[in-house]
Amino acid sequence: MNHYMVLKKKDFNAFIEKLSKKMKVAAPVRKGVKNFAFEEVTRGDAISRVSLPTILPPKKYFMPQRETIQTFDRAVPRWNSVVSENDAIVIFGVHTCDLSGIQFLNAVMGTPPKDANYLARKANITVIGLECNDYCDAYASCKAMKTHLPSGGYDLFFTDIGDAFMVQTGSAAGETLAQETGFFTTADTGEQKKLGNIRKKKEKIFKDEISVKYANLRTVFEKTVQSEVWEDIGSRCVACGNCTNVCPTCYCFDIQDEIDLNLRTGRRVRVWDGCQNEEFAKVAGGENFRRKRGQRQRHRYMRKFAYPMEKYGTYACTGCGRCTRTCMAKISLKETIHALGEEAKS
Amino acid sequence: MTALLESPYEVMAGKILKTRQWTDLEKYFEVELPGRKDLGHEPGQFVMISVPGVGEAPISVSSSPTRKGSFEFVIRKAGGVTGMLHTMKEGDSVGIRGPFGHGFPTQRLEGYDLLMIGGGCGNIPLHSLITFVLDNRSKFGKVDILVGCKTPETVLFAEELKDWAKRPNVRLDLTVDRGGPGWQGKVGLITKLIPGIPTDPQRTCAVVVGPPIMYKFVIQELLKKEIPDDQILVSMERHMKCGVGKCGHCQIAQYYCCREGPVFTFKEIRHFYEAI
Ligand SMILES: Cc1cc2nc3c(=O)[nH]c(=O)nc-3n(C[C@H](O)[C@H](O)[C@H](O)COP(=O)(O)OP(=O)(O)OC[C@H]3O[C@@H](n4cnc5c(N)ncnc54)[C@H](O)[C@@H]3O)c2cc1C
Ligand code: SF4
Ligand code: FES
Repeated sequence: MNHYMVLKKKDFNAFIEKLSKKMKVAAPVRKGVKNFAFEEVTRGDAISRVSLPTILPPKKYFMPQRETIQTFDRAVPRWNSVVSENDAIVIFGVHTCDLSGIQFLNAVMGTPPKDANYLARKANITVIGLECNDYCDAYASCKAMKTHLPSGGYDLFFTDIGDAFMVQTGSAAGETLAQETGFFTTADTGEQKKLGNIRKKKEKIFKDEISVKYANLRTVFEKTVQSEVWEDIGSRCVACGNCTNVCPTCYCFDIQDEIDLNLRTGRRVRVWDGCQNEEFAKVAGGENFRRKRGQRQRHRYMRKFAYPMEKYGTYACTGCGRCTRTCMAKISLKETIHALGEEAKS
Repeated sequence: MTALLESPYEVMAGKILKTRQWTDLEKYFEVELPGRKDLGHEPGQFVMISVPGVGEAPISVSSSPTRKGSFEFVIRKAGGVTGMLHTMKEGDSVGIRGPFGHGFPTQRLEGYDLLMIGGGCGNIPLHSLITFVLDNRSKFGKVDILVGCKTPETVLFAEELKDWAKRPNVRLDLTVDRGGPGWQGKVGLITKLIPGIPTDPQRTCAVVVGPPIMYKFVIQELLKKEIPDDQILVSMERHMKCGVGKCGHCQIAQYYCCREGPVFTFKEIRHFYEAI
């Protein structure tokens, strides 16, 4: 495993076409001037290979916005678990930030008791990463979060080296998939060198985008829980929840029952939910432990930079920039971290 | 392949054996699983109860695990699921998922004097611990029970309280916030009863379960008595949807209340904003 192959660019279309005859293929597709979305494709030229992060991250394939987890029939006292196995799907064009998002979700959902629904989907997903040779835009902070280079989470990983893609294998499944299409050759030293040059160039392009060092992020957040920065953000936030929906590591959900028109049969579904929603933490006595928007925003940030370090040994921010890009109130991750960092100094 | 993995959302069909309307808002249920299978809970744990088509709600098991074959709940009508449960009767079925969370650490409590303090709904989970302790009386030191309720009509487990009070080596005190006609017991806040209880702080474990507002004041009194913060146990109520550390609703700082809780030591949570 973990060796290098090459796919000539002239074969890219044929490669995608061939794959799509065997299974579903999803990849970033342009949706208007600055928007991209993962969608099913059958042709290579439908794919945007240079794209901003998609509106929704690939988590939607691992954990759809709505998914049935049970069916029931009120006439028989029995609940039937549904662990639906999706069709095999290849997700092509996953940036390194999103790969780290998938790795984080895998860790959460794989922690016992394991989430059977998530893992069943994951088992049928092949992930093909695609390197960003340059920044997508100024909202990203992938260098600071150490996600601008590939470090696992893929079956195959593509880097554009000019007239070809350098392809790194990350799993036996990825290797087999590539071999079966018949388009891949072994990389020669010239091609290896091109990859090396791209990585060297990236070292110059990618600079820490935030003023707080990776190692200090957790301490900065823990020191500033009572900061006025949270009040300020809270006064601007409109609690729309866009930031959590687009976040590659937000996985909170609600569980709801739906009943059919016959009033007898129905299903239990899991739907995305988010901590910015006012009802999210409210209990029956009316008590709400995060009543204020500022408290809820602080919670969102703490769930990226403090709590997951304790629980999963890693930050949950991938540096993709989606929360800032999508926020109607212009709440910026980079500015927030900067403000807290300054405050933590004093 | 992975379908072999059991879903943590799997629901068991429970059958209601007995119900009784206790107060205007609270109803008692006795439930069994198919084949009278043991629920296998510890005092202080909870289950998710399902009403198909309405949803699920986290509910404490109020009976002690020493009782086998069936288990009990006391459910306050608060909305959709609990409201529907109030319309159910003997023979009806409800879904059961669990038990979940960390309950009271009964082994750790052995040998200690216990000061158990319950306010309102908190007396429901506390009931499972009290009955467990009384069933294993010789393993514990002095037992003090303080019960607080809003009014005489809302006193839960009224018959049992009388019985407990008569047991040797058990001291029980009951107080209501507001008295009423015919009420001859104590009136006033539960916090007032704490200073009068003789305690040897190093030998004492205090267990507090009640509404959020009660914790602040009760814990202050316990600290005044110099009971160490890791010998004060609390049970926290949070919004819960999954019960298995995934949905995020119940989170208190880095803890998932449904997994690491609902029972915590005061030491574990005292420095967390948003906790109490
Ligand atoms: C660990 C734990 C143990 C509990 N034990 C008991 C018990 O023994 N007896 C008892 O009567 N009640 C108990 N509760 C409270 C009970 O879970 C809520 O009253 C119930 O969830 C309300 O659901 P509903 O569908 O009837 O109300 P809804 O119509 O859903 O809503 C009514 C109110 O309840 C809140 N709420 C809704 N869902 C939840 C939820 N999943 N968790 C917490 N609050 C929620 C809502 O925010 C709203 O304010 C316990 C709660 C927890 C967390
Ligand atoms: S996207 Fe912006 S306005 Fe909407 S909830 Fe998030 S921070 Fe608040
Ligand atoms: S109830 Fe879902 S994480 Fe605790």
